[in-house]
Amino acid sequence: MSEAVNQSSPLESLHIELGAKMVPFAGWNMPVQYTSNMDEHQAVREAVGVFDISHMGQFFLQGEGAEDWLNGILTNNVKKLSSGDAQYTIMLNEKGGVIDDLIIYKMAEDKVFMVVNASKIDEDLAWLQSQLDADLKLTLSDDSLNWAGMAVQGPDAVSAYGEVLGGRTLPKRNGVDVWEENGQQVIVCRTGYTGEDGFELFTRAEDGEAWFQKFINAGAKPCGLGARDSLRLEVCFPLNGSDLSPERTPLEAGLGYFCALDKPFIGSEVLLKQQENGLKERLVAIKYLGTGAPPRAHYSIHDKEGKQLGELTSGVFSPSLKEGIAMGYLPVSHAAVGTELDIDVRGRKFPAVIVKKPFYKKG
Amino acid sequence: MSIPENLKYTADHEWISMEGDIATVGITNHAQEELTDIVFVELPELGLECKAEDSIAVVESVKAASDIYAPLTGSVVAANAELEGDPALVNTDPHGKGWIFKMKVKDLSDVDALMDATAYSALIGG
Repeated sequence: MSEAVNQSSPLESLHIELGAKMVPFAGWNMPVQYTSNMDEHQAVREAVGVFDISHMGQFFLQGEGAEDWLNGILTNNVKKLSSGDAQYTIMLNEKGGVIDDLIIYKMAEDKVFMVVNASKIDEDLAWLQSQLDADLKLTLSDDSLNWAGMAVQGPDAVSAYGEVLGGRTLPKRNGVDVWEENGQQVIVCRTGYTGEDGFELFTRAEDGEAWFQKFINAGAKPCGLGARDSLRLEVCFPLNGSDLSPERTPLEAGLGYFCALDKPFIGSEVLLKQQENGLKERLVAIKYLGTGAPPRAHYSIHDKEGKQLGELTSGVFSPSLKEGIAMGYLPVSHAAVGTELDIDVRGRKFPAVIVKKPFYKKG
Repeated sequence: MSIPENLKYTADHEWISMEGDIATVGITNHAQEELTDIVFVELPELGLECKAEDSIAVVESVKAASDIYAPLTGSVVAANAELEGDPALVNTDPHGKGWIFKMKVKDLSDVDALMDATAYSALIGG
């Protein structure tokens, strides 16, 4: 059911009508851009854009003790959530490495909605199922293929919401709202992956195109995965599979804030030990000094003497800052803000420096 | 402006303008439309000896790096330094100010093997 290979977004025909360039991403055929990566990026920073996020996975977990059970699996403290709250959290393997980062939404007591990365749907589901105990009467279902999702992001997202949904108030930051429309559930969350205000809306797959069109009509510019990537990197949101991996802990990735080490969860002992002994490597933000060939994932990072220290996990030409920005893991000895480095691009070295996260801040 | 008649073309979406034995080379309007948002151009070194289809320059958009090939055998005699400060010229004027390099062609008979506007138009389905 979750064999997410060569899936088409339920919004595909609308994307094609809108002139999108479609590319395979995590087994899904998705729009990478419509007109221009730069224009789409800028629309989200200055006005409002809408992204198709139907490729992401939707799980539902229900049953008595659901939250206690999840609390033993996820890094963040599920107990902090009231009904209607969402939370960014991380699922670790037994070595403390990242399986996936996800957002969980407490819909009601013992009812949790989870949105996971497209590339990890099968792996996440298998991992969660392997942790299920027959004594617990929990129902875990992967409902990914039945849902369309879209992210409406930017300073004008709230007004676009008002225009489309009339009197309905957008939930507060990290809040969830659920209602039925024509007998179908609609879930709205004040969350996003761009560093801007905005929301994510999930609806039954067949209603997706109509909703997407409504937000376009309300002024949102359709935006592709290209802009989504440059937006998230400017604010240093990690991308699983690039910046996060089963070999790296969330502490190394700088996500300690989302790890409640005062409760036990899978991998927590490794994190506690790491905290006690100190980290060996850390994910840092690296910015070019001057112009150069845009940094990209897997380019090698060198110290000023030429010694290779690591490689970039993400990199892009920042449309907001008009310079190359990247992230990569470096030994803590070379991870301090202000450390100068060289990035090797096809044998040419471009000078760069470690900066404080994030690269881009509002205002 | 989309496919000028006076230029020659390659299947790698480059255009070639001949003047004597000097070929001026850039990417086509179709190519810049596909790449969009050019943010960096890595120019070839002057004097570089190259064979047809050698990768000698790189054009980078926000998303990806794309190789630029020598369309003919010869040597590089000029590179458009203006692109270092304003790579977007490749987008705004691909067949004019967005030229990338000039090369001295070794064997002019090779030029006949390049595509004309009609053949290139057919290639891109225009």
